[in-house]
Order: sequence, then C-alpha cells, then structure tokens
Amino acid sequence: MSVHSTSPQFKANAGHALADAQLQRAMGNVKKGFIDKRRAAADRLPEFEEMRDSARDIKDHTLAHLDLYLERYEEKVTEAGGHVHYARDADEARRLILDICKAQGAKTVTKGKSMISEEIGINAYLEAAGMEPVETDLGEYIIQLRNEMPSHIIAPAVHLNASQVESDFRRVHKHLDKDRDLSQPVQLLTEARAVLRERFLAADVGITGANFLVAETGSSIIVTNEGNGDLTQTLPKTHIVLASIEKIIPTLDDVAQLLRVLARSATGQDLSVYTTFSTGPRRAGDLDGPENYHVVILDNGRSSMLGTSFEEMLRCIRCGACMNHCPVYHAVGGHAYGWVYPGPMGAVLTPSLIGVDKGGHLPNASTFCGRCESVCPVRIPLPKLMRHWREREFERHLSPATVRAGLSFWGYFAKRPALYRFTTRLAMGTLGWLGRIKGERKGRFSRLPFAGGWTQFRDFPAPQGATFQQRWRQEQRAKKQARDGREAA
Amino acid sequence: MGAREDILGNIRRSLGVRGDERTRRSVVQERLARAPKGLIPQRGQVSGEARIALFKEQAESVQASVARVSDRAQVPEAIATYLRDHNLPAELRMGSDPRLTGMPWGETSLSLRHGVSDGSDTNAVSHAYGGVAETGTLVMVSGADNPSTLNLLPDNHIVVVDAAEIEGDYETMWERLRATYGKGVMPRTVNYITGPSRSGDIEQTLLLGAHGPRRVHIIVVGDPGSA
Repeated sequence: MSVHSTSPQFKANAGHALADAQLQRAMGNVKKGFIDKRRAAADRLPEFEEMRDSARDIKDHTLAHLDLYLERYEEKVTEAGGHVHYARDADEARRLILDICKAQGAKTVTKGKSMISEEIGINAYLEAAGMEPVETDLGEYIIQLRNEMPSHIIAPAVHLNASQVESDFRRVHKHLDKDRDLSQPVQLLTEARAVLRERFLAADVGITGANFLVAETGSSIIVTNEGNGDLTQTLPKTHIVLASIEKIIPTLDDVAQLLRVLARSATGQDLSVYTTFSTGPRRAGDLDGPENYHVVILDNGRSSMLGTSFEEMLRCIRCGACMNHCPVYHAVGGHAYGWVYPGPMGAVLTPSLIGVDKGGHLPNASTFCGRCESVCPVRIPLPKLMRHWREREFERHLSPATVRAGLSFWGYFAKRPALYRFTTRLAMGTLGWLGRIKGERKGRFSRLPFAGGWTQFRDFPAPQGATFQQRWRQEQRAKKQARDGREAA
Repeated sequence: MGAREDILGNIRRSLGVRGDERTRRSVVQERLARAPKGLIPQRGQVSGEARIALFKEQAESVQASVARVSDRAQVPEAIATYLRDHNLPAELRMGSDPRLTGMPWGETSLSLRHGVSDGSDTNAVSHAYGGVAETGTLVMVSGADNPSTLNLLPDNHIVVVDAAEIEGDYETMWERLRATYGKGVMPRTVNYITGPSRSGDIEQTLLLGAHGPRRVHIIVVGDPGSA
C-alpha cells in the first residue's frame, strides 16, 4: 500500500462527480479532443494497426525475459557511471529517494511528471523531511497547488477549467501584480513558465519517471511536450529516475516501435515534442547535465502479476487512450476511481496493486463496451481482465450480499436449461403483455420490482414478448430455409 | 535478502524460471546483439530531395519553421535575417561546435555568446546530429559542442542540420549512432525534438512555449547527396 485510497467509496465518489457541474464541463474537453486526434493520427500511418501488434509482441517478449533484461540494464547503467537501486515497495522507494536527496543536502527538488511518484506518495514524504518538492509539468503544478491527485495519467488537470487555475495562481503567486490579466490560458501558461523557470534553476535534485528503460544501452527515456522533464533532469546536480520494473525494453529499435504508437494513441501526435534518452551522469568535458545519476526501480506488487492472467496489464505504456475513450471515465472523471490510476487501465491495475478488497468496485464500473481494448496500443484485453477481477471478487465473497444472492438465484436457473427456458419465456411473455396493455406509457415501464436502480432514472423498455433464445432459434430456422431454398433453385 | 535479489527472485518464481536457462539467455543475448528492426513505416522510405521535402513538411506540421541554404557559409546571414524578421534581438548563444564557430559570423552584426545558458538567453543555435524525416524530428547529442540546455532554455532555438544527415526513419538514426559511439554506448543525452515546446494542460487548448523554446527554426544545409 502506498498513498491513501478512496477506491472503496467508488460509488459515492461517482455520485458526487456526476453532480459536480464544474467537473462535468471540464470533462466535455476530453470527449471532444482526444478521440478525434487519435483517429486522425492513426489514419495518417497506414501501418498503425500492424505497429500495435509489433508493440504488443515486444512487451510480451520482454516480460517473458524480464529478469535477464533487468540484469543487463543494470550492468549498462553502472558502466555509464550511474547507480541502480531496487525497491520492493513504496516505502522502500521513498526511503531510497530521501537518502539520495539528503546526501545532496537538497532543499528544492523539481519533479517531472511521474505516475510512479504518485503511487509512492513521494511529495508528502519529502515535505515531511523539510524539503520542497516542485511539480514542473503544468498540469501537475496546478494540481499540486490545489493539493489534489492527477485525474488523468497524461493530462493531470483535465478535470479543471481555466477559471479555477486562474484563482489558484492568484492565491499562490502573491508576489505578482494583483491587477494582472489572467483571463486567457496563454497568460496562465506564461506566468507558470516564469515562476517555474526560477525553481528549475534553483533545484538541487530532479526526479523524473521513465517511459522506457533500454537494456541495450542503460538509457532512461522520458517523453514530454513541455520540456519540463528535460529541464528537471538536466539542470540539477543530481538526477533520480523513478521507474517500475516493467518499463524495461530490450533495444533502441524496440523503443522506436513503441514510440510510434505511444504519442499517436495518447495525444494524436506523430511523436511528442521531446523524447529524451539519458545515460549516466555528465561526461568529461560536458558543460551541463547532472553529476549524479540514480535509478530507483520499483516492484510494488508487479512481479507477482507475471505468470498470471494479469501479466498482460504489464504491457501498458501509459498513453491514456483507454480512459480517453471510456464512457464511464467521461462521466465521472479520474478522481472518482479513488487511487492513482483511473479509467479502464486503473480498473485493472488498482486491484492488482492495492488489493481487490479495496479496488474491487473499479472493474465493476464498466459496461464492457470494449472501446478501451479497441484503442489500446499494446492490445491489452482490458474488459477480459476486468471480468477476471469480478470473478475473483465473487470467489472471495467480497461482493455485497444482494449481488451474491442475485447471482446465485440466476445461477440456479442457468444450470437447469429446461427450467431456464420455461421461466424466462413466462417472464418475458408476461412483461411483454403488460407492456402492451398499459395505456398511456405503452411499451415502457416507469416502475418494476427489483429494478428500482434503473427505473429511478429512466423507463425500462418492455420486452417484445419472446426470449433471446426463442428469437435465435427463429432466425436460425429462417436462415436455414433461405439456404435450402437457394440450393433447391 | 536484499531488494534486488528479492525482486529478481520473485520475477523468476512468477515466470517459472531459474534465470540460468541456456536458451533464455541466448535469446536475450541474440536480441541485444542483433537489435532486430521491427516494422518500419513506408512514409520515411524516400531518398534525396523527397526526403528533405518530407522532413520539412513534417516539421512544419508541428509548428517548426524550416529554411534551406546551399552551404554552411550562408548560415549566419540566414539566422540574422530570421531574427530580424521576427523582431528578435541580434544576439545568439552557442556551444563550441567547430561547424558553428567556424562560420563567417563577422559578416553579420550578431553579438555572440558561448557556453551554457543561465536561462536568460533569448536565442541560441545548435548543430544537430541529424534529423528524421518520418516525423520532422531533430536529433541532438549532448556535449560541450552543443550543450543540451541550449535545446531547452532559450526562447528561440535555431538548429542547423546537414541535409545529408537527415535519415528516413529512427532505425537508421540508431545505426548511425551505434557507428559513431559504439554498440550499446550512448552519449549522456540524446534529445529527439519535434517542434517547439507546448502544453495542452489548460482545458486541452494547445499553447506553444510551455517550458522549452517558443520557436524552433531549422536551417537545412547543403544537398542530401553531398555533406
């Protein structure tokens, strides 16, 4: 366990989110932007679908040989003059990072955007030790000012509107002119740039995440658009890379394959603005770059996912496409998920990392519409994995008594096909008849026993009278007749 | 047991392997040694002037600007013109790359500064290691010749790239880097730069000049065939 989770309260969180007008307005931007941009970028590259297969295969190969690639990666980092540290869990990672910062006498610690750093809650830990962590990605900076968690893995402040950012800047940037104009997003950006430029130059340690770690060369790679990650890792005396075990990729050529699907899936760019490969500390004769280079490799439950059905989740390259396309995420935003990772990937990863007892609601928050899987650049079968969690939740008796009773009731009939056919025919026939005779609301029910959760918000359409199985048999028969007719003719 | 051994042990337990299997080791060795190329898109598979045209088109599509000169001696004048056209101060910072320092700067009225930036420079010029036409990407390597911070701190970044060093795809660029630095060895920093810095973090509105340069101006030098 790492940072505090409100995932067990998902239902309440979702309820609040749906009633939050400010949030609902901001979430409109997600639906508008990301989907069209990804589509356009995918269409510009005829090989895009094949490239997704290639990306999936590279990740599968790497995971199957992860121990060996990790060893090789460590060797190469050491050769280049860097240090690799291993952390079994969040607490160990935090202590390693604090020790490095302390050894540098660090006061200001700048940070590039890193979801792993959210996972281990490093900011609060450094603050408690008297240091000042400064988030430098614009979105991360904004939510740090608000003392919030990111609501999206690549667009952390996507749940906010410009007016909210303006009032935060006025509240925090007290040294600036009170009457300055901040009505345009570009003015907010310019102000953040100026404020953060000072922090970059003052920082003693820079912490970044890594999109990939390359075994061939011992390089850490970050992909950004703002350039904040680069300033974070280049200006301070010490650079700490914080990454989880599954970021390892064999070669630079493999990285090229993954880069071709990453930005296209994430923001609809062909390539992000800055893709930076860092290898060890500054070299003899260099005028810039860090003097010390550390990599903290975090497990935090991931090694136990290998060899299970959840191994496929470790292919994830954190592009955010699954949440960008998720109707549930669109409706409730990222905070409702209650921990670090939201959306479909969070619904699968969260129970793996904090336990299905705490994260079990998340895989239930899906209609299994399949959009997430259809856009995943590494083809993770997210709906299937959510279903696996539902099964585990049921097996471990974690689902509520009413759900369990309902499923047992249904199971009793499902295991007795003749009885099932009879009762469903009876039930659908009755409902269909009731639906037809009801005068003013013909064809719809505004109230139904056991279906209050549905009818409280919308009418339930009356069945047409036949069951699915009846209908299926009918259509098969019709098809067969048509076929026989053709053959006879 | 230490964290390292614990983690590697747990990975091996989960995968059902010991770690010393000959075949697994040789599969990994082979992949690292051979670095097989994956699927390379057709887009970048053009040569000569068509490749330069693709590079330009892609770079411009991400809001970089591109100029072309026939030889190195014309670069200072091209930069002076660019700065004047954009009402920018006639000052320029650069590293110690002989390809840059050897240019006829005296023919312009630009005031030059050398070495790393303290964060207050308006303009800087760097020489790229190369370019990738596929996405209009500049490839920069660190060192005193072209300090990495010059790619990031100045408001306006001007990058000189030889036409002959623009490759079609990333894979060819890796081949060249391996030939220059040795297999498995990298310069401290390799920056792939594709357009000026930007952010969409406020209401998904695209804004240029987040933390890095607000403008990236590329000067392509010479012919793709010579260099």
